[in-house]
Amino acid sequence: MTRIPGGLVDRSRTLSFTFDGTRYEGHPGDTLASALMANGVRLVGRSFKYHRPRGIFSAGSEEPNALVTLRSGARAEPNTRATCVELYDGLAATSQNRWPCLDFDALAVNDIASPFLAAGFYYKTFMWPKPFWEKLYEPLIRRAAGLGALGRDPDPDAYDKGFLHCDLLVIGGGAAGLAAALTAGRAGASVILADEDFRLGGRLLMESHLLDDGPAAAWVAAAEADLDTMPNVRILRRTTVFGSYDHGIFGAIERVGDHLPRPETVRQTLWRITARHSILAAGATERHIPFADNDRPGILLGGALRAYVNRWGVTPQARDSDRVAIFTDNDDGHRTAADLVARGVPVLAVIDPRRDARRFGEYQLFSGATVTGSTGRRSLTSIEITRDGRSDVLECAVLGVSGGWNPNVHLASHHRGRPQWSQAHQAFLPPADLPPGMAVAGAAAGHGSPHAALRSGAQTAARLLDCSAALLPHAEDAPLCQLPLWHVPGRGRAWVDFQSDVTVKDIALAHRENMRSVEHLKRWTTLGMATDQGKTANVTALGVMAELTGASVAQTGTTVFRPPYTPVALAALGGGDSGMTFRPTRLTPTHGFAVAHGARLVEAGQWMRAQMFPRAGETHWRDTVDREVMAVRAGVGLCDVTTLGKIDVQGADAGAFLDRIYCNAMASLRVGKVRYGLMLREDGFAYDDGTCARLADTHYVVTTTTANAGLVYSRMEFARQCLWPDLDVQLISTTDAWAQIAVAGPKSRALLERVVDGFDMSNAAVPFMSCAALTVCGGVRARLFRISFSGELAYEIAVPARYGNALMARLADLGQDLGVTPYGTEALSVLRIEKGHAAAAELNGQTTAQMVGMGRMVSTRKDSIGAVMSRRKGLVSDTRRLVGLRAIDPAARIPAGAHLFAQGAARVTATDQGWVTSACWSPHLKTPIALGFLADGAERMGETIVAANPLEGDEVTLTVTSPHFIDPEGDRLRG
Amino acid sequence: MLIPHPLLGPRDAQEFTYLGDAALLNRPEGGDEAAFHAYTHLRDNPAGPHRELWYHEQGDRSWLVVTRDTATHEIVAAELAMDVKGAAR
Repeated sequence: MTRIPGGLVDRSRTLSFTFDGTRYEGHPGDTLASALMANGVRLVGRSFKYHRPRGIFSAGSEEPNALVTLRSGARAEPNTRATCVELYDGLAATSQNRWPCLDFDALAVNDIASPFLAAGFYYKTFMWPKPFWEKLYEPLIRRAAGLGALGRDPDPDAYDKGFLHCDLLVIGGGAAGLAAALTAGRAGASVILADEDFRLGGRLLMESHLLDDGPAAAWVAAAEADLDTMPNVRILRRTTVFGSYDHGIFGAIERVGDHLPRPETVRQTLWRITARHSILAAGATERHIPFADNDRPGILLGGALRAYVNRWGVTPQARDSDRVAIFTDNDDGHRTAADLVARGVPVLAVIDPRRDARRFGEYQLFSGATVTGSTGRRSLTSIEITRDGRSDVLECAVLGVSGGWNPNVHLASHHRGRPQWSQAHQAFLPPADLPPGMAVAGAAAGHGSPHAALRSGAQTAARLLDCSAALLPHAEDAPLCQLPLWHVPGRGRAWVDFQSDVTVKDIALAHRENMRSVEHLKRWTTLGMATDQGKTANVTALGVMAELTGASVAQTGTTVFRPPYTPVALAALGGGDSGMTFRPTRLTPTHGFAVAHGARLVEAGQWMRAQMFPRAGETHWRDTVDREVMAVRAGVGLCDVTTLGKIDVQGADAGAFLDRIYCNAMASLRVGKVRYGLMLREDGFAYDDGTCARLADTHYVVTTTTANAGLVYSRMEFARQCLWPDLDVQLISTTDAWAQIAVAGPKSRALLERVVDGFDMSNAAVPFMSCAALTVCGGVRARLFRISFSGELAYEIAVPARYGNALMARLADLGQDLGVTPYGTEALSVLRIEKGHAAAAELNGQTTAQMVGMGRMVSTRKDSIGAVMSRRKGLVSDTRRLVGLRAIDPAARIPAGAHLFAQGAARVTATDQGWVTSACWSPHLKTPIALGFLADGAERMGETIVAANPLEGDEVTLTVTSPHFIDPEGDRLRG
Repeated sequence: MLIPHPLLGPRDAQEFTYLGDAALLNRPEGGDEAAFHAYTHLRDNPAGPHRELWYHEQGDRSWLVVTRDTATHEIVAAELAMDVKGAAR
């Protein structure tokens, strides 16, 4: 055990957890990393490519090594950073990318094979024989590499999303962020303060600084209490602002339930924050210094070592006797040494390449020296120190490495602003062209001392909001002296990017292979492309590359920063919109009736429609559909057709407007009449069809197909507002306002006579293609349309939606002696195929009015959308026509989508003559029938052709017929 | 993105659907196929200020002409398409 006194963990309570099945204990306030450290666990994972043993490297969200799978079963979350996991009782974590176990990993053989696995190896080797790549090499490489594996079970947790607005968003709750929030909060601005940690304070919690002669944590607690009293300040803990988007919009993930054994409400919430101003106070991330074999467990960032000692009261030693050393090129490493000594952790040595380095406390200093190697199979046992060409081996188990601090400029660069190199800071600072409304404060802006961070936070907020800065405590303001050492030259492998297993040698190889642009370097070596996005690696790699090319780091530049700052679960981005809540479900007005009558439901876009109404004893869906079809043909059937779009068109120019929307004439339609209408796209192809009923001189109601209801409506609004705003016409969608029921079949008139309030239903009063307003069932407002999709005598009756279910039930009840039968979308489809009506499969965007046999409908006497382009030569010369197709063998099956060929023709594209659009069994004709488009179709009635389905290897011989399989003369319709 | 709706103030872009180049307002008159070909198929795709059509589908269903810099997403104007069309007459 390597707990030391102090720190911000609650030692009065003990939490129990497991790692790879072994039980350990920690305390509230611990992360999984600090708790593992406290239990002497040093080896926590295996590396991506070489399966090298890896330990905890950092104390924050930049962690490249300590990735574990958290939880199990459906809740298993791979690649979770142990440094960010808040410990809870019963936590269970497992290591990744090892087989059979973490201590002995068979694939560690990759490490021996490493000369063959250098940068870009998969572009160079495994090239021959060619088919082997897809079948053998790639699967093998993918199995050997990689980190955690996703579970296969559906995610059981709930997610949510929300919208927030504020005057000032403060990103980061460290010294600068707190000072900014206090300043803005006291000025009365609405403030959101977001921090990824579960405890506010940032680096202040991890340092030994005094603020106003007291511990920094005490000032943080007071500031937090102060902010809590301000109703205008909202603190979002455990919240990562992961992206900066246009117009002051930020994406943030709040981990609402991840610190609990099981989420109590939602697991994570996606916040979309719109902020007038924002202050990026995201702090800085420490660099390391690559040297030979610098990836052993026990080697970690110096600032992280200090953080574990100060905040968590723990050291990475396995035993108290384990010795600790520091390798640093700057003063910050000496601060770590001093803090350790002050906390009773002896420091064996500080190795500093600067010849003029000074000691900060009681420890041995090797100035002008570097660490040139290390040993230790599963964790560090010794380091090699080289000074002036002479090397010594020093036994130690812990090495803190400090290579300076990189401001976290990510969010400041999400709008493509390039960070600027600062010679004074030896680091990239935020770009000059920040996202509008953003300012950067604290260590993220290069103001790293507590004094500078506090002051810059307060002053930045004061400047943005034009108010006075909050009073701040006295704090240290020591300058940071550094002589950057980008890597220690040598023969061994020196890791730059731990998570992608990229070494200095890989960068040198990329350089030799002319991959010198940073973007090429990144892609050739995969540097910075792992889940940590190279937070601890990228700038170091740029320094190494700059050395190789002889350019400066500033000239070398950075790659592009893109959201997210840290990994975001896709489920959280979905914000809970999955499964049945992926989109709204729309229920038809007669849904209750359908369910009560045992309907099988089907999704039609957002709608749930009755697909069919199976009855007891029907063993196959065809039994049901055939019965429903024959009931319509012989008696009367009922079908809810509410889902078809209904658009109310009113105004003095309504007819003129519709004349331009439909390719056929509508202004000439007489009041009380209905006309079929076809819309074209502006490019001349057929778009959508429906009926157009003129209820009054200035009032039309048009219908659209179910699928295009919304699109046609927006298109009509486009025509009204953008093309012809001078026309006096208004539009409103009434799809949801009216329930519409198709009453179809020879007995439909007899049935409707029983519900209308004394309305004359005779053929003379309500002829085919007429409409009327009336009342039904003793005063319910209704609209009657005598139209037919089935080819039978048929009506559609519309009532206000709230009466739809009752009307359906009334009709079903009153028509029992007529054999009334509710029917679903399957029977509806069979009926329309038998009648040869075009539907979505025929109007699929690739067909013209001419092809569906309506070429003459396109009026040449007026302009309408698509009319001009429909007369293009290529469209007019197309000879394919909608035909009926009838199987010669009644036992055959016609596959929809099959292609049509002349008998004996080769089944190739060159001889392709068309395709089958819709097919069904016709219970009326007792044979399979279909609709399809056939070259020269109009002239080929009676010909025998073949429908081929080479994909499934079947073929069927067909007779070409008229698409109107029943009642081609229309006697039934008009009867 | 936020779109400054001329009647409703700043609205989230998620409430809108996008159509593209506002040149679609200028539908040719008469039967010239070449003019319709250009109208239907040819669009400018500038890096910089662009006048484009947005439909407030989840709102008041107005069509807007939004002037947006495609390089920065800065929106410098948003007008009702009806007004734009009316002013052009």
